[in-house]
Amino acid sequence: MEEVKLMKGNEAIAHAAIRYGADGYFGYPITPQSEVLETLAELRPWETTGMVVLQAESEVAAINMVYGGAATGRAVMTSSSSPGVSLKQEGISYLAASELPALILNVMRGGPGLGTIQPSQADYFQATKGGGHGDYHLIVLAPSTVQEMADFVGLGFDLAFKYRTPAMILADGIVGQMMEKVVLPEQRPRRTEEELRAQCPWAACGRGDRDHRNVVTSLELQSDKMERNNERFQKTYRAIEANEVRYQEYFTDDAEYLIVAFGSVARICLKAIEDARAKGVKVGMLRPITLWPFPTAEIARLAKQVKGILTVELNAGQMIEDVRLSVEGTVPVHHFGRMGGMIPNPGEVLEALSACFTDLKF
Amino acid sequence: MKEEIVIAGFGGQGVLSMGKILAYAGLMDNLEVTWMPSYGPEQRGGTANVTVILSDSAISSPVLDSYDTAVVLNQQSLDKFESKVKPGGTLIYDPSGIHHLPSRTDITVVAVDAMSAAIELQNSKTYNMILLGALLACRPIVGIDAVVRGLRKTLPERHHHLIPLNEQALRKGMSLAGK
Amino acid sequence: MTQEEIIRPENKVYSRPDLLCDVHTHYCPGCSHGVVHKIIAQVLDEMGVADRTIGIAPVGCAVFAYNYIDVDWIEAAHGRAPALATAANRLNPGRLVFTYQGDGDLSAIGTAETIHACNRGENIAIIFINNAIYGMTGGQMAPTTLLGMKTATTPYGRRADLNGYPLAITPLLAQLDGTCYVTRQAVHTPAAVNKAKRAIRKAFENALAGKGTSVVEVVATCNSGWKMTPAQSNQWMAEHMFEKYPLGDLKDVESKTK
Repeated sequence: MEEVKLMKGNEAIAHAAIRYGADGYFGYPITPQSEVLETLAELRPWETTGMVVLQAESEVAAINMVYGGAATGRAVMTSSSSPGVSLKQEGISYLAASELPALILNVMRGGPGLGTIQPSQADYFQATKGGGHGDYHLIVLAPSTVQEMADFVGLGFDLAFKYRTPAMILADGIVGQMMEKVVLPEQRPRRTEEELRAQCPWAACGRGDRDHRNVVTSLELQSDKMERNNERFQKTYRAIEANEVRYQEYFTDDAEYLIVAFGSVARICLKAIEDARAKGVKVGMLRPITLWPFPTAEIARLAKQVKGILTVELNAGQMIEDVRLSVEGTVPVHHFGRMGGMIPNPGEVLEALSACFTDLKF
Repeated sequence: MKEEIVIAGFGGQGVLSMGKILAYAGLMDNLEVTWMPSYGPEQRGGTANVTVILSDSAISSPVLDSYDTAVVLNQQSLDKFESKVKPGGTLIYDPSGIHHLPSRTDITVVAVDAMSAAIELQNSKTYNMILLGALLACRPIVGIDAVVRGLRKTLPERHHHLIPLNEQALRKGMSLAGK
Repeated sequence: MTQEEIIRPENKVYSRPDLLCDVHTHYCPGCSHGVVHKIIAQVLDEMGVADRTIGIAPVGCAVFAYNYIDVDWIEAAHGRAPALATAANRLNPGRLVFTYQGDGDLSAIGTAETIHACNRGENIAIIFINNAIYGMTGGQMAPTTLLGMKTATTPYGRRADLNGYPLAITPLLAQLDGTCYVTRQAVHTPAAVNKAKRAIRKAFENALAGKGTSVVEVVATCNSGWKMTPAQSNQWMAEHMFEKYPLGDLKDVESKTK
């Protein structure tokens, strides 16, 4: 029987990584996500599954350990929070360019700079538009519950290996720090050396019986070849856009107004929608689960039905750009956000709705 | 049934762990549960608060602007949360260190001198369990047995000998709250 | 004698190591990298470990090392080779993992990764080519550039007050508990090449045996960057570089020399 546990989102990540059969975790402490490394250290998976857990000397070293491990075909991950994820951008660009699967968790806090340790969603641009140098995308998953924190570890790894590209779980301080019920996935064995060699024929894990050497590199000084590499990356991104858009709709059947929100903020909005509907106002919500690829077509579909859209984000207005691109000017799109670690409460969301749409009465 | 609770006080008063024990008790009773703490260095000596929601249906927002019940353990928290208790709700506070008493008349206000009670029990660490007992007396959302089962499940074996003392503290808190 | 009579197995005195790829390198004529590549290939051949070796290439002149030695390679970001090696080794027990890094990669941008990998005692070998200049980017100052040395960014010679002092990093690494073998070699004479080869073999054996981190610094020339002929470079190195970077073992836990 599946056991229901009560734990923090950050703790769920650690448990889920071990149970997925991850081969390695490399990280550096930073609030509000240090429980990931702490929980892994407490659980000592190196004595059970053989998973490697290492506290690196910096976020830069940690992401490059991920790069080194991923290059050998292993399922490896790191986690950090906003300032640390900025430091990791170099390595993330290399991972994307070398077509390596890896999982990166960002438990966002308020920035810019050292900012605050309180929750934020201000790294949306960084996560979805590349972040590091060069033309690349990450698959970006936005969990809104502790259960999704646990589930997205496996999903993130699976997608990363399927498309040979790094995936990111873009969480925030709320979902990282809050405790709620979670059912952890079944323990899976780590891949054997033989399975790894079969699944990742590109891995630079030692030649073994191979008749050729494998080289993992992002360098290609011949521009025509480098352009072809880029074309291959883009083809992968188009396939991901075609196949992997994930989202959830709430009360959209009869909605006259639409909220678009992701992560923990979507839950705050859901409470606001429940309150609005109790007062007879037909508000619905679309929650993008993949922030990249973005549910563009689904928002365009709903735009035909609603009078207006409000994005609610813990930032100055980032996802709103993708929503506006989705609706192409057909309906007004407004933004409501709090910044610097402030969290809007459901009442504020309702106030923002009525401020943006004057015909809307509560 | 849905109970939205905030517990607030100084770091070190056991605010977060009281919320955690309540959350585990909810888990024992198969309720939906969220536990959302304030976090960071403010926990160490500054103010700390935690929002706990127990519900028999799915919980949307873990972040709230009003509460059914507030348990406040210092003046700052009383000032911050008194106005956020829903009409008809409950405010429980420890009068030690409170200079400006709560003034609302549309809510139930309960003073629980948990500090003196903890001294009586000769263990200052029972402080938050006394308050939890008071909370459960006023708002019987989970039974004491669920709290004890939660403790048994979450405390390491070596601390299980403390469970009877905690149960005693819970009952003490219940009687202090007048139930 | 005809050509056919000369080219016979019994007359063969030297051959390219099997693991050294039969391609033209991008190195300048006279560069030390080619010699070090060759002895690494020879050692891997002799140890019979090509099937379980992972090399980590740097950013610098040796960025294309993966084109020349026929084992699996991972090309690192600048300075991060020891971090990659840490994970590649820990996640793949039984592999021989070595990094090949220049002075900019190891002792400037990758100082933290180098020191911490050594301090953790990662079971890897670090081959460190110190030629006191940035060759790939066109001859700029390295941390190891000697005082007075002219480079593209110290056109009037390195000055301590402007540019700081030359950094001898291997003695620093030798102090760390995680290193088991730290040595400084050169490849300017046949005798030196043989010694360097023995040092690299020892470093590789240490890594496979799980004894901790081994560091082999090779004091090297960059005749292009130094603007000298290869022969002049070797002479200049012996006369100037060895004073600041004297050859020999700095630490060998096994033989208790420290």
